[in-house]
Amino acid sequence: MTMLLLALTITASQILLGLAMGCAVFRMLRGPRAQDRILGLDALYLAAMLLLVTYGIQTGRTLYFEAAMVIGLLGFAGTVALGRFLMRGEVIE
Amino acid sequence: MIRLLIPFPLLTLALLAMWILLTGFSPGHIISGALIAVMVSRTMLSLRPERPTLRLGRAAVRLALIVFIDIIRSNIAVAKIILLRPPERNSGFIELSTALRSPDALAMLSIIITATPGSLWVQHDAHRHIILIHVLDLVDEQEWAGLIQKRYEKLLIEIFE
Amino acid sequence: MIQAPDLPTWAAIVVGLLVFGGAAITLLGAAGLLRLHSFYERVHAPTLGATSGMAAILAGSALCFSVLQTRPVIHEILIALFVTLTTPVTLMLLARAAIYRDRSEANAGVPPDPESGNGEPER
Repeated sequence: MTMLLLALTITASQILLGLAMGCAVFRMLRGPRAQDRILGLDALYLAAMLLLVTYGIQTGRTLYFEAAMVIGLLGFAGTVALGRFLMRGEVIE
Repeated sequence: MIRLLIPFPLLTLALLAMWILLTGFSPGHIISGALIAVMVSRTMLSLRPERPTLRLGRAAVRLALIVFIDIIRSNIAVAKIILLRPPERNSGFIELSTALRSPDALAMLSIIITATPGSLWVQHDAHRHIILIHVLDLVDEQEWAGLIQKRYEKLLIEIFE
Repeated sequence: MIQAPDLPTWAAIVVGLLVFGGAAITLLGAAGLLRLHSFYERVHAPTLGATSGMAAILAGSALCFSVLQTRPVIHEILIALFVTLTTPVTLMLLARAAIYRDRSEANAGVPPDPESGNGEPER
C-alpha cells in the first residue's frame, strides 16, 4: 500500500517537473529577447537535473545521480558561455 | 615543510572529501584520493592567488544560519508573489553603499544576495563602493540598505577582513 | 512507469513529501517565468527551484538511498553545493548581460552605468 502510494507520488512529482520543463521551453521559444531564452535554458536544465534525481529514487540506482551531476556541470558551462556571448559577442577572449 | 607540500589545506581537504563522496569510503580510495587532492591543489600555485584571510569561527556559523533562514523566508515571499500576483507590487533597482573592501567578502555577499530569491546582485562599482541590486518586491529602499548592512556586512567583515 | 523503492512506511512518507514538495516548488518557480512581466523580474523566478526545490528533492534522494543501503549516503550534497554556488553566478552574468544590452540600446527603466557615467560600453 505505502509502496503504491510512494510510486504514485513520485510519478506525480515527475509530471510536475515535466510541466516545469515545459514552462522553461515556452520561455526559451517565446523570448522575447535573447536573455529570456538563456534564462529559460537555465531553468530547463535545472528541472531536467531534478527529474533525473527522481528517476534515481524511483529505480533505486545511483547511476542517475551521476547523470544529474553531468547535466549540472554542462548546463552551468553552457549558460555561462551564452551569457558571455551576449556581453561581448565572443566566448573566449 | 607542510606548507610547501600542501599550500592550500582547505582546498586539498575539499577535493579529498569530494573524491570520497563520489567513489565510496574505503582505504584504497582514501589513499588515491589524498594523492590526487595534493597534486591537483598544487595546480593553484601557478595561478598565484592572494592568500585570503578567512576566520571560520562563530561569525561564519551565524552567517550560515542567517542565510539559511533568509532563503526560506524569501522563498515563501516569492512563491506568494508568483501565485497571487499582487497588483500594487513594484520591482526596481536600488543602489547601496557598502563598507566591504575585500574581494572575497564581496564575492560572498554577491552569492548570498543572488541565491536569496527576490533579490539579485547586478553590479559593483569599485571606485565609489556602490552595489546595484534588483529587488522583486521593492517597498522601502532604506529598509534594504539597513538589512544588508546589519545582517550580512557586519558578519562578513568579521570573517574576511 | 509505476515503480518505487522498497522503503519502510515512515521513510516512504518523508521521501514522498520531500520529493513532491520540491517538484511543486520547482514548478512554481518555472511558472514564474511565464507569469512575471519583465526580464529583470523573471530572473528571480528560477532561484526558487534552485534553492528550496533542489534542497527538498536532494534531501529525499539522500534519505531514500541511506535507508536502502543502511548506511549514510550523502553524495547528493555535492550536487547541492554545486548548484548553490553556480546558479547565482549564471544569474548574475545574465543580469549583467541584460543590463549591458539595455544600456547600449538606451532602453528606459535601467539605471545608468555608475562606472562610466554616460552609458559608454566598458571594455
